[in-house]
Amino acid sequence: MKAAAFDYTAPTTVQEAIHSLNSAGDAAKLLAGGQSLLPMLAMRLARPSLLVDLNRIKGLSEIHRKDGHLLIGAMTRHRDLETNQTIRQVVPILAHMAGHIGHVAIRNRGTVGGSIAHADPAAELPLAMTVLDARFTVQGPKGTRTLAPDQLFVGALTTSLAPDEVLTAIRVPIPSSSTHSSFLKLARRHGDFGIVAVLVVVELDKEGRYEDVRVGLGGANPVPVRARAVESMLVGEKPSETVVAAAAKAAVKEIEPSSDVHATAAYRREMVEVLVRRTLLAASELH
Amino acid sequence: MAKLPITLKVNGRKYAADCEPRKSLADFIRQDLGLTGTHLGCEHGVCGACTVLLDGSTARSCLLLAVQADGAEITTVEGLANGGDLHPIQQAFWDKHGLQCGFCTSGVLLTTLELLKENPNPTDEEIRDRLSGNLCRCTGYQFIVEAVREASQRVQDSEREPAQRAIAR
Repeated sequence: MKAAAFDYTAPTTVQEAIHSLNSAGDAAKLLAGGQSLLPMLAMRLARPSLLVDLNRIKGLSEIHRKDGHLLIGAMTRHRDLETNQTIRQVVPILAHMAGHIGHVAIRNRGTVGGSIAHADPAAELPLAMTVLDARFTVQGPKGTRTLAPDQLFVGALTTSLAPDEVLTAIRVPIPSSSTHSSFLKLARRHGDFGIVAVLVVVELDKEGRYEDVRVGLGGANPVPVRARAVESMLVGEKPSETVVAAAAKAAVKEIEPSSDVHATAAYRREMVEVLVRRTLLAASELH
Repeated sequence: MAKLPITLKVNGRKYAADCEPRKSLADFIRQDLGLTGTHLGCEHGVCGACTVLLDGSTARSCLLLAVQADGAEITTVEGLANGGDLHPIQQAFWDKHGLQCGFCTSGVLLTTLELLKENPNPTDEEIRDRLSGNLCRCTGYQFIVEAVREASQRVQDSEREPAQRAIAR
């Protein structure tokens, strides 16, 4: 349970980091919070020849509000996302979801960019960013590009980031103040990865009908899923137990869960239906 | 790769050493500094037995490289007592039998320290919530929770003392 040997560098700028990655070909890994990478190194599931430590680069962990968006530096720690007053005021669901990541000691080190770049199917932040329709700023040797969630998340633990690219910032549109959000994560123990997780964001029109609905499913598919068919089915409807139950049933068709040591695919399907029903009821203010 | 030089403060004392990049902070603390109060339970970030304070905040030392701690201030369990005097949290654990084998205890004490700094009067639920990242196989947590409750009282009392002494003069 000890890591294989590797070289190590701690650049002080993003450009230096990109250069180090680029020189190593495929063989380097970025070190951000280390809460996912170090276990992999210890178990020798990853054997990079070079670690490029991002922790000495200044200016990557700021949180700003600008033009109806939140700009979040990729090295922002989960604990800061959880406790930041601006986030708690304008996108409280994001702070709430960050608080579900592991335990405080993990959140003190783990980073927003790290979680997103690691792209664990059960992780909270990839799900949040998918539902909130965030944009990811990625820097590489050829310059800077911006990716939408469905362009970044391509498979389980797989993103479209090139080996010499660095995710530097996340831009989150601030939801209107008339939206209601609900997040539920199913885990056997507090702090575990979710078996499945659901995030819904709902806006009702003046007549109390669904105007805008976003339904995000996590842990039940290689990448976080926006249940678009469910969302279309709800728009224009008046919230009710029946409508919500039908939506929850339909959500199951939009995922392709796997079986693993934690749960079977069948159990995940069943639980997605349960969590979608509960989150829709909560967000639609039906209890 | 050749060893890299690091300097860091541990429990207020400065250390300088050379170590391989792949060496975890936990192994460095235990092997190079001889501070074996920090324990290795799982070495993949799940059990909390390796918990230390890094620049004042809890961190799993098995998930940090020693080279990352260059320039940092670390507190381990050995840094809690003041000479021969136990820290109020340690004293509370002693009095309330908040440990059996002690393997998880160093991590629990530092997690408790951070909890009480942030939340001086936690409820039982808040205590259990915070301790869910420290796995204990012996106690069933009941006496740990009571010890933390007691500790919260003792920490507040110890903080009040200097002020009371000043008034008495």
